[in-house]
Amino acid sequence: MNEQDSTPTGGEVTRTGEFGSGAVRLDQGHIVGDGGIPERFQNPGFPPHAVRGADLDEAAAKRAERIVGGLFVMSILGTLGFIVAYFAIDSEATIFIPGTGSTNAVHAVLGICMALSLLGIGLGAVQWAKTLMNDHEAVEERHPQRSADADRAKFVEIMSDGDRESQLSRRPLIKYALGGALGLFAVPVVLPLIGGLGPLPGDDLSVSFWNGEQEEDGSYPNEPLRLMRDPQNTPIKASEVTIGSVFHVMPEGLLDLEEHILEAKAKAAVIVMRLDPDDIKSQKEKDWGHQGIVAYSKICTHVGCPVGLYEQQTHHLLCPCHQSTFDVTQDCKVIFGPAKRPLPQLPITVDDEGYLISKGPFREATGPSFWERGSA
Amino acid sequence: MSTESIPAGRPADRLRDGDTPVTHAPSAAARKVGGVAGWIDDRTNGARGINYLLRKVFPHHWSFMLGEIAMYSLIICLLSGALLTIWFVPSAGHTVYDGSYVPLRGTQMSEAYASTLDISFDVKGGLLIRQIHHWAALMFLVGLTVHMFRVFFTGAFRKPRELNWVIGTVLALLAAIEGFAGYSLPDDLLSGTGIRAMEGFVQTAPVIGSYLAYAIFGGPFPGEAIIPRLYAAHVLLIPAILVGLFIAHIVLVAVHKHTQYPGPGRTNDNVVGHRVMPVYAATAGGFFFIVFGVITLISALFTINPIWAYGPYDPSPVTAGSQPDWYMGAYDGALRLLPGWLEFQIGGNTLSLNIALGALVLLPLVYIVLGSYPFVEKWVTGDDREHHLLDRPRNNPTRTGIGMAGIVAYSVFMFAAGNDIMAIKLGMSINDITWVFRIGLFVLPPLAFWVTKRICLSLQRRDRDLALHARESGRIIRGADGSFHERHDDLTDYERWILVQHEPVAPLQLEPEYDENGVARPAARKDRLRAKLSHFYFKDAVNPVTPAELAAAHHDGQQAEAIEAPFDYEGIEGDSDHTPGNGGVGADTNAGRGGIGSASRLRE
Amino acid sequence: MNALAARRRHPAAIAILLMLGLLVTGFAYAAVAPQPAKAETSSAEDVAAGKQLFQANCASCHGVNAEGRATGNGDKIAGPALAGVGAAAVDFQMGTGRMPMRAPAVQAPRGETQFTQEEIDKVGAYIASLAPGPAVPSEEDVDPTKGDPAKGGELFRVNCAMCHNFAGSGGALTRGKYAPSLEGVSGKHIYEAMETGPQSMPVFNDGNIAPEDKRDIIAFLKTIEDAPQQGGHALGSLGPVTEGWFAWFFGLGILVAAAVWLGQKSA
Repeated sequence: MNEQDSTPTGGEVTRTGEFGSGAVRLDQGHIVGDGGIPERFQNPGFPPHAVRGADLDEAAAKRAERIVGGLFVMSILGTLGFIVAYFAIDSEATIFIPGTGSTNAVHAVLGICMALSLLGIGLGAVQWAKTLMNDHEAVEERHPQRSADADRAKFVEIMSDGDRESQLSRRPLIKYALGGALGLFAVPVVLPLIGGLGPLPGDDLSVSFWNGEQEEDGSYPNEPLRLMRDPQNTPIKASEVTIGSVFHVMPEGLLDLEEHILEAKAKAAVIVMRLDPDDIKSQKEKDWGHQGIVAYSKICTHVGCPVGLYEQQTHHLLCPCHQSTFDVTQDCKVIFGPAKRPLPQLPITVDDEGYLISKGPFREATGPSFWERGSA
Repeated sequence: MSTESIPAGRPADRLRDGDTPVTHAPSAAARKVGGVAGWIDDRTNGARGINYLLRKVFPHHWSFMLGEIAMYSLIICLLSGALLTIWFVPSAGHTVYDGSYVPLRGTQMSEAYASTLDISFDVKGGLLIRQIHHWAALMFLVGLTVHMFRVFFTGAFRKPRELNWVIGTVLALLAAIEGFAGYSLPDDLLSGTGIRAMEGFVQTAPVIGSYLAYAIFGGPFPGEAIIPRLYAAHVLLIPAILVGLFIAHIVLVAVHKHTQYPGPGRTNDNVVGHRVMPVYAATAGGFFFIVFGVITLISALFTINPIWAYGPYDPSPVTAGSQPDWYMGAYDGALRLLPGWLEFQIGGNTLSLNIALGALVLLPLVYIVLGSYPFVEKWVTGDDREHHLLDRPRNNPTRTGIGMAGIVAYSVFMFAAGNDIMAIKLGMSINDITWVFRIGLFVLPPLAFWVTKRICLSLQRRDRDLALHARESGRIIRGADGSFHERHDDLTDYERWILVQHEPVAPLQLEPEYDENGVARPAARKDRLRAKLSHFYFKDAVNPVTPAELAAAHHDGQQAEAIEAPFDYEGIEGDSDHTPGNGGVGADTNAGRGGIGSASRLRE
Repeated sequence: MNALAARRRHPAAIAILLMLGLLVTGFAYAAVAPQPAKAETSSAEDVAAGKQLFQANCASCHGVNAEGRATGNGDKIAGPALAGVGAAAVDFQMGTGRMPMRAPAVQAPRGETQFTQEEIDKVGAYIASLAPGPAVPSEEDVDPTKGDPAKGGELFRVNCAMCHNFAGSGGALTRGKYAPSLEGVSGKHIYEAMETGPQSMPVFNDGNIAPEDKRDIIAFLKTIEDAPQQGGHALGSLGPVTEGWFAWFFGLGILVAAAVWLGQKSA
């Protein structure tokens, strides 16, 4: 139904004419005859203006003036208070704020004074506009956004004149050469940017500090490393790991690194738990552990948060970021949440002195999935 | 431009319209100002443009201030952020903290974190600036989101404003990215965990993931490049684009002239409100200070992002309740809801859709869907006219329902990011909560659509009822023939206009598949889809009361029934009471059709 | 001199010396090492009184002789066996009001304790008499003023924050279990919890986190608990979720109210 096109509704609501008309309808609709009654209501025009107290009563206006002035004065006082507080209050001083308790005084007082300073201006200006400024509404006409036909024609003309005068269309060599040049000129800017962003990953994501330092021929020593407490950096005796214990572990030497320590931690962090060996259901898990002591990568196979929440009664490991839950009795299989792969296990044993050591590195990439990580 | 001051008289008067009438000599102060302004105008020809802007009319409604909340919060962010750059050191270089916060003294950390601690504890008022910056950032995102809701539900995105809607969508996306970059800069344990997750989901991009991650981080995670790079993005690159687009957004608002709500005297061809000088300048300018003041007060009294409590970033520790700021919550929530079986092994390669869908796909998808909605709706309705009068949300039930469904879907994702906080605060199982959200994601949006649409239709019917029968006065009048009826107070024309001003709508009809020459139209297939969608939009439209209907209602309740029937609309409960004196005539038919029938159908 | 020299070479001398050395070391250890010292103070009467209290309050779940009790349905245990859990576990569970448990639940919540410290100590003495286990720490062990809060903070973030949150506000575990808030928990109970690993919590024995490290953690927790709020109300120290809620409801609420006031026509 599109009555307003065919039936002038009169007044200011009319939407006839070039502007604002021309709705496209597949069906022009059934236009109901009006029989003398207009098809639609007419806009009744502006309602009578309601007069404010301050417009009529000078006393009310004076009152409004005092409120506005008072708010601006409040702003000045707030600013002065800020200055005084800045110099007078010691950084360590505290004040008591109900509901919050003991609070740093400088922060709270500076903030409150500044807020008063700002709110005084804001509330004052608005109150002024509301009570004293002219409240008659103004009316502005709208015009269609579309430019006049003549202007549009002129634009086309200018562009085709430009084409003709520059001979762009007549000189295909220039046209295509320029197109090519413009299409390519950004390359010298972009190439160093992309090329310089960072090294290629290579096999970097698949190895960790547990592999040892890369040899010149590209291989890794994969030698046993002691499991060290994080952050104490002390080795762990197997006898210290009682059932129900959990140790946060780094490979020997990692915490002594001078640099790139966080990069190494991000792949090598390990969590060590001891279970009753009878509770462990996976033979591989038992074999890679030591008398119920098992070591798993602490980096979630989902997006890489540390999976540190070990429930010693249920033997579940929970990731606090996205709640992937791993069952330590089933080789850290995912039993809930968004992760797919189990946590990689670090094979461990004990050395002659009874300290826990790794039996080689992780057999697969730790941390989040990536395309070429392989299906291991 | 202005209609009120121009006498519609001789053309010569119009020519003089811009002239300042010389009535009295300007005061000394005015001359001084005039001197400076004159000096500038001599060199810029600025008076004309400034005058135009100062006389511009802005309509007022509280919901029009939502965008201003966003705008002012952005300005506050720019101001406070500029201050923070004075002290912040964007470096991952190692240092040992020796500032005044005791529980971290002697701890190894990055210079970025140490300098953020210094801002918080060793720069007087520094913590206030930090908290203003962060609270203003949250309010910026909140403000632009509710502004977007307002624009959507009132149909303000329609022609000619589609372009500005798209710009706004890009602004919203950039604002979220800007916020995430800022959240990540202090290099505390929480923000580092956030970047860790970001690295994790970048790494899952099919084929190029690990290359992309190494390019972004300049090598293995976390590396020392990411903080300077995020800093450049946060203080330079994104703000530059943000401010540029923001200016374009505002310029287009000025060019289009602000939309207005329908009301008496307001038409599609005018704009009614206050001029910039002085009323709008005072209210909008004052509102800037109010927003700034409120954010400052919140910053004075409420902690945000206590980075000193989180400790420095380290990939091994983590804190319970690791979440991003709210505007990234939806994507974090999606990562929590997606099941693990969406990770596949394809020929020795790993495709992790359980991660990529939630982060790499959902994030752009939200903004693509938002940005394209105006074009979809335009295609469905076929409406190519300019719209400057806003829809009342109830008058477009389908759009309002779609919007609510979208909000609910987004909210499910967003709330899912807080599942662990809900679990401890509500004493529930985190697993159950996760499942409720997983199911809710499919159930709640359609439900929200249906409920919202029904509410809109009911409100429209109520409007019709009010327009036709006005208010029940509570006064019972006994007629000459002994019948009783209740007197209904008439609405004024102004009151009624709000209820009847909107356009009637109907679904598009299909054109015949073959034209009059028997040739199949190639577009027939597309038209069928379009007609179907149009049917979906408008099939149960409740159209406004027409003068004929009102006249009928006034004259004879029975006749109103007859007219209303084709609309499948029933608003009349008792009928004989509308007009005094129609008592006996139609009483029996009314009782049968209008009274009982309408009541029962209303309850459907 | 001669005789002494002769006796020095006597084969028994070495054994006596060893014995003496061991004795001295033992006494020195006993004097220095605080935990067993307290355990040894419990008298036989205490144990007997503790047993009575145990049988009156705990035996319905843990068995008359603390041997543990299984419920009717399968392997679910109503109360675990308590031999070897030590007086520390008793002091923690009863001292924080977790035991006796009021109603079956996934986890025993913290509550008001129903017993005096003497009664708890007696039950502890009884449990400790069943089998050796961790003893209640001494005052000195849990004295926060003797710890290093910065070192404790580092240990806390690696070992504790993932469950208990960065500020000790608590966090969620699987299936309705949770790591409780550490606010207001005494240093002694924190120490005992680490030592004994109550409920879901793993054990952090002295081989894992040394006693002085535990004291550092307690010092860290007391430091952040006693510190003034640096930036105003902490909103529960729960991270960005509460901050987002606050911005939406409080921040937006005030600003919308201001916008409505701003647009209202003045009377």
